[in-house]
Amino acid sequence: MSAVVRIARVEGRVIPLRGLDIDTDRIIPARFLRVITFEGLEQHVFEDDIASRAEKGDPHPFAQERYAGARILVVNRNFGCGSSREHAPQALQRWGIAAVVGESFSEIFFGNSIAIGLPCVTASADDLEWLQARAEADPTATATLDLTTTTLQAGDRRIAVSAPASAIEAFVTGAWDATGLLLEDAAAVKATAARLPYVSGF
Amino acid sequence: MRTLPTGQTQLFIGLHLVHEVTTPQAFDDLRRRGWPVRFPERTFATVDHIVPTGSLARPFQDTMAEAMLAALERNCRDFGVPLYDHSTGRQGIVHVIGPELGLTQPGMTIACGDSHTSTHGAFGAVAFGIGTSQVRDVLASQCLAMEPLKVRRIRVEGALQRGVYAKDVILKIIQVLGVKGGVGYAYEYAGSAVDAMSMDERMTMCNMSIEGGARVGYVNPDETTFAYMEGRPFAPQGEAFDRAKGWWRSIASDADARYDDDVELRADTLSPVVTWGLHPGQSVGVDERVPTVGEVAAEDRPLVEEALQFMGFAPGQAIEGTPIDVAFVGSCTNSRLSDLREAARFVRGQKVAKSVRAMVVPGSQAVRAQAEAEGLHEVFIDAGFDWRGSGCSMCLGMNPDKLQGREISASSSNRNFKGRQGSPTGRTLLMSPAMVAAAAVAGQVVDIRKFEPAAIDASLVGGRA
Ligand code: SF4
Repeated sequence: MSAVVRIARVEGRVIPLRGLDIDTDRIIPARFLRVITFEGLEQHVFEDDIASRAEKGDPHPFAQERYAGARILVVNRNFGCGSSREHAPQALQRWGIAAVVGESFSEIFFGNSIAIGLPCVTASADDLEWLQARAEADPTATATLDLTTTTLQAGDRRIAVSAPASAIEAFVTGAWDATGLLLEDAAAVKATAARLPYVSGF
Repeated sequence: MRTLPTGQTQLFIGLHLVHEVTTPQAFDDLRRRGWPVRFPERTFATVDHIVPTGSLARPFQDTMAEAMLAALERNCRDFGVPLYDHSTGRQGIVHVIGPELGLTQPGMTIACGDSHTSTHGAFGAVAFGIGTSQVRDVLASQCLAMEPLKVRRIRVEGALQRGVYAKDVILKIIQVLGVKGGVGYAYEYAGSAVDAMSMDERMTMCNMSIEGGARVGYVNPDETTFAYMEGRPFAPQGEAFDRAKGWWRSIASDADARYDDDVELRADTLSPVVTWGLHPGQSVGVDERVPTVGEVAAEDRPLVEEALQFMGFAPGQAIEGTPIDVAFVGSCTNSRLSDLREAARFVRGQKVAKSVRAMVVPGSQAVRAQAEAEGLHEVFIDAGFDWRGSGCSMCLGMNPDKLQGREISASSSNRNFKGRQGSPTGRTLLMSPAMVAAAAVAGQVVDIRKFEPAAIDASLVGGRA
């Protein structure tokens, strides 16, 4: 089992991505799921959106040189809805994203992100608007997400963020990689299974 | 089972369904760490997303699809997991074959690396989609770390009109409660309309819970459920079946159970529903008009504007009469035998419009065989439909069945996201399979409540071949 990795702070530049209900088909279109490893997925993140916005002369943030190397992604509401593909947070993480801040997240996307050590936290719509505008005006400005105090410090502004207590706990203690925990009590799992009539055959 | 140090609950998974897209990385992880699959006998695999629905000659022409199936075959062999591939006669979309084989049972916890796992909740199971890391967790431990869910009961009361189906009910629910309305909730469907539904219809409802933001859909098990289960290959048999029924009854939620939220929808006033936009909540009754930007809430305006533009709709135009290029009957939402029967009713003796390419893709090999035993394939073929092999097909762009360019499809599937059906500029109108069949014949979106095949403009009618 790999060593415990605690994730308490994420510091870096910010990439803003505006829009409601951005689904996982847009984050990574289904044709790029025809793979047997997650390697290289970052090359296709938002590929169709990047192409369609390029046509309109409105370059997508993930295609703009000035955001290369950004670590904190700021989105809006219901980010990551749609398919359960873990390829979506994998692609974002491999692109370089180390934390996502948004108004809300789809549950499966949120769960997948936690499972791979990518914290997703929520903030108010006002704060998100401010963060996005700031990153658009100055892509070099950094921010620091502190999970122990559940705050995001951006310049002088200290923004309250939140996530379920169990998720925060998981990152801070390194328990986000749940497999080890789940494997701990093999005898109890066996006993539970044996009690279930559909396992024992009624 | 127990509370984990993080405060989450460790949940035992009674049934783990596996398919080729979301699992290769999980099996590789197991190999790397030297872990076996803890309960191979509670794990079942099939292949659905990437399989061609035409020739199955191996190796597949598509080398990546071949690599994915080969990886699944190797993983199942190495880890002792049964694989229901085409050679078994039991292959099909994972959410179609689970129930069909009797693997899906009331009271089970069911997980699968696919968001439409909510389908299985129709049996009174707690079933939800997971990502690849969680697939690894379940393979290794047969357990998951979970947060408790709130439950919203959605009571659908009254009788559905002729031409209105479970698909319309769930599209309406998503329209009313929104695509994120269910986040944090399980949706429990109840009420007289749900009580009267067949298992196929309940599966359609639970299937699209995820489009409403709810990870879990659920219907209490009842006599309809038990009748469906009886005699299925993996269902308990004989006296065990009677004992099972007793247990299944005991796990149903009580009549006086308390819910975190409770909403009611009238079934009798519903029209057939059609989506016009870029997510499943952007829909109208077939007798209604697409919105104008001015009439929606300010925060929704950018999305509505984007959707109208992408779809090529004028604000406020009628959805009925929209010409279509492609008709697709299939997907885990609507590819079961009853869906095919209902679609065939609108096709019998008719011809697919000249301008339309139409296809029927049964959900499983078993559905296909049953449909052929009833002669449904002839009804479709005679009308000019393509009668295909089982799989996910044009529900998503991972196999050869795809939209081309800006083609617009009438589709019985579940997602109308940009690019979903394989072309980045392709367009999708979601509706019931009967509405898809009627649209194929008419060459345009029609209201099946007044669909009179004879009254269709003669210039639109004619075989394709
Ligand atoms: S039919 Fe569509 S939604 Fe269902 S499992 Fe296949 S790809 Fe997913």
